[in-house]
Amino acid sequence: MSRAYLLRRTLIAIPSLLGISIIIFSILAAAPGDPFGQLVTNPNVPPAVIAKLRASLGLNQPIWLRYIHWLVAMLHGEWGFSFASRMDVATLIMQRLSVTIAVLGSAEILAILIAVPVGILAAVRPYSLFDQIASTAAYIGVAMPTFFTGLLLIFLFSVRLHLLPFVFQDHVAGTGLVWLGAEIKQSIMPVAVLALFQGAPLVRFVRSSMLDVIRLDYVTTARAKGIGRRRVILRHVVRNGLIPVVTLVALQLPGVFGGAIITEQIFRVPGMGSLLISALLDNDTPVIMAITFVFAILVIIFNLIADLLYGWLDPRINLR
Amino acid sequence: MNESDLRRLISNVKRGRLSRRGFIQRMAAVGIAAPFANQILSLSGVAMAATPFTYKPTKRGGGGTLKLLWWQAPTLLNPHFATGTKDQDGSRIFYEPLAGWDAEGNLVPQLAAEIPSLENGGVAKDGKSVTWKLKKGVKWHDGQPFTADDVVFNWEYASNPATAAVTSGSYTYNKAIKVDDYTVRVEFNRPTPFWADPFVGALGMLIPKHIFAPFIGAKAHAAPANLKPVGTGPFKFKDFRPGEYVSAVINTDYHEPNKPYFDALEMKGGGDATSAARAVLETGEYDYAWNLQVEWRILQQFEKAGKGAIQLVSSANVEHIQLNNTDPNKVVDGERSSIKTKHPTLTDPAVRKALSLLIDKKAVQDYIYGPEAVATPNYINAPPRDYSKNTHWEFNVAKANEILDKAGYKKGSDGIRAKDGHKLKYVFQTSINGPRQKNQEIVKQACAKAGIAIDIKAIPATVFFSSDLGNPDTYPKFYADLQMYTTGSNVPDPWQWMKSFVSTEAAQKSNNWEGRNITRWNNAEYDKIYAEAGAEMDPIKHTAMLIKLNDLVVDNVAVIPELHRQNVSATAKNLVVHLSGWEDDMWDVASWYRNA
Repeated sequence: MSRAYLLRRTLIAIPSLLGISIIIFSILAAAPGDPFGQLVTNPNVPPAVIAKLRASLGLNQPIWLRYIHWLVAMLHGEWGFSFASRMDVATLIMQRLSVTIAVLGSAEILAILIAVPVGILAAVRPYSLFDQIASTAAYIGVAMPTFFTGLLLIFLFSVRLHLLPFVFQDHVAGTGLVWLGAEIKQSIMPVAVLALFQGAPLVRFVRSSMLDVIRLDYVTTARAKGIGRRRVILRHVVRNGLIPVVTLVALQLPGVFGGAIITEQIFRVPGMGSLLISALLDNDTPVIMAITFVFAILVIIFNLIADLLYGWLDPRINLR
Repeated sequence: MNESDLRRLISNVKRGRLSRRGFIQRMAAVGIAAPFANQILSLSGVAMAATPFTYKPTKRGGGGTLKLLWWQAPTLLNPHFATGTKDQDGSRIFYEPLAGWDAEGNLVPQLAAEIPSLENGGVAKDGKSVTWKLKKGVKWHDGQPFTADDVVFNWEYASNPATAAVTSGSYTYNKAIKVDDYTVRVEFNRPTPFWADPFVGALGMLIPKHIFAPFIGAKAHAAPANLKPVGTGPFKFKDFRPGEYVSAVINTDYHEPNKPYFDALEMKGGGDATSAARAVLETGEYDYAWNLQVEWRILQQFEKAGKGAIQLVSSANVEHIQLNNTDPNKVVDGERSSIKTKHPTLTDPAVRKALSLLIDKKAVQDYIYGPEAVATPNYINAPPRDYSKNTHWEFNVAKANEILDKAGYKKGSDGIRAKDGHKLKYVFQTSINGPRQKNQEIVKQACAKAGIAIDIKAIPATVFFSSDLGNPDTYPKFYADLQMYTTGSNVPDPWQWMKSFVSTEAAQKSNNWEGRNITRWNNAEYDKIYAEAGAEMDPIKHTAMLIKLNDLVVDNVAVIPELHRQNVSATAKNLVVHLSGWEDDMWDVASWYRNA
């Protein structure tokens, strides 16, 4: 791994990002509807007014010109203004980012904390009762989409048991422990849904990766030398077995943002996902562009991180 | 009861020969409901009775936080740029117009001291001006006084083309003039029976001059106050995150005594209508949920939990089926459904009549919408004074068959009727929406029994309701034989809205399909009465004309009105709300309170 490699990868990212932005922009431009769609059916708003509004946002210009305007602004570090709220898009995103990171972060941590030990234990005793249960649970987790688990939890814990609120509040009343308690209470369901979504495939992956390593000769050798079972697993197997898992987690992270969109919508978590959905409903192009672009950058960065990590963890891999 | 009888009775009330109550009783005897009778009296200049809504709290504040759930949250808080009801609702927490509309379509003063009328001299006899007296002692949230300058400023702001305000339609053909610090005159450039449009209702909310004056015209979008309102309303701005959250605290200087009851207000956004209904009705997490277009049986199920109640408010909206007068299958000058063509079968009165007999409105109401929508024969369903009693509807397959037989439409081997080579085979389009597709199915089945074949087409709502010139599937283009959607007047005078049948308004390529007449219906009598009604200052004649316009539309089957829709919302059990179908839900949030 070298500086040249890093530089080359960063340079390659530029045309990819340009391509992504062109594709997203043209899809949005080709999609039906505009920010003033709601006004069209309103008999009190004359069509001339709507035309004026469209003109004031530059919607009458040709697509390529609009794209160039957007690109030039972007290169100057300006994200543009939201059509719907006439607000700086960067501010709008910053308002939402913290919540998304908090919810996603805790879900990811929870997923790793549960999935890695479960995966290891399942691999240590393959086809045991524990493995069967863990695998079944993981399959169910992989098979169930977030909107389904979300509704299931709401039905169980909010509607039937009246234990948890299902509307995520932006500002929880109270201070200190009361506030913390309420925050945790309202976060349980969205975090659990996302943790299951992320953790289930992780369990499967950790298990199979561990099984690959556990069969290798050096493990048998270590055992033959008389090292304790626990020590062999933790010092020798896990170390090598988790290398691909680290990559997986890094690659999974941007995808998790996508999974969070639906979860945020179900629980009304005021994060990036719900911002994206409301922007889509309002045909708010600058906001949609900005969010999808942020996702695209995240994918590219995390891909790079995954590659670098891989090389660092496993010196046999040579990055050129 | 005809017009002259009515006038005699009204003049008796005016001269004191007949009591108000006596008048209402007599009207009831001939089948006219009390609100309607009240309406006639107030329109004729007999003082309005107090609105039935009673506000119980005897002191300001003390009600805690009011938690509102808007499944689509406001994206900005300037009423002049409100692109949907969500933005109007958000703005109305902070801003007020001179007057609002209550559920019966009566004007209620908000920032006005009194409602102008012909009698108090506020409304000019020629209908070319109206003079508003403003309430004195009203303060903006920052302590500045509210005066006529603010009102005139709003006219300047909204009528300036560079501002590109959504409200500009209400400030285009008129001019606001300051008479003194607390009097404003609105001058119209032609007699205007419906003078209560500028500065009234959701489009009439007033913003302060001292905050917005530097941001008039093209700079309007940059005003910081677009996101941080300073109004006169019952609540002061605290926090706003677009599309997500609005919070407000009590305005202790509010100009109405003992109002508001709540100390703070939160409007939370996001999610969907069904789960919003659930959060109020079933789990009780929120106090109020807005705009619940949810299937009735689901709402009822939620209501059984006992945490809240469903609220229905009559709106002016009518779900109706339009019949194309032009031919959607012929291309003339690059345009389908051109007004130069004639629909081969749908222009035949017999076919129209038959189709109107094949719509089982009752079934649609019972099986799809429940009390959220009521079967109606009329296109104009509200306000009650404009509801025609001359019309009726029926569902009668046998009669439809008989009419078609008589008109010479014979069934072919495929069971579809035809005449002169033209088959009764129609494309019936609407937006994608669960209830609408079920509704299409009901129509299709009934039509099949009469030898009319219906091809159902469902178009994504974002396409169907857009003004996208490049897309053939928008409702103004109407490149189909039949189409269905909901429309309604936003103000309690449907005249403006009834423009949608005026022949010169036909939507076509030359006007970018911006014309309001989507069916391209053409009726000289209608055009004439419509023009006359637009200048008719006598409220009773004006109403009579509107009813006539409705009857022309219904009798000629220009469209088939199907259901009169209601606005649906949900409230917590003890919450008392004041809603109106002519207003946004927040129009009188100052009067909301909780029963102990």
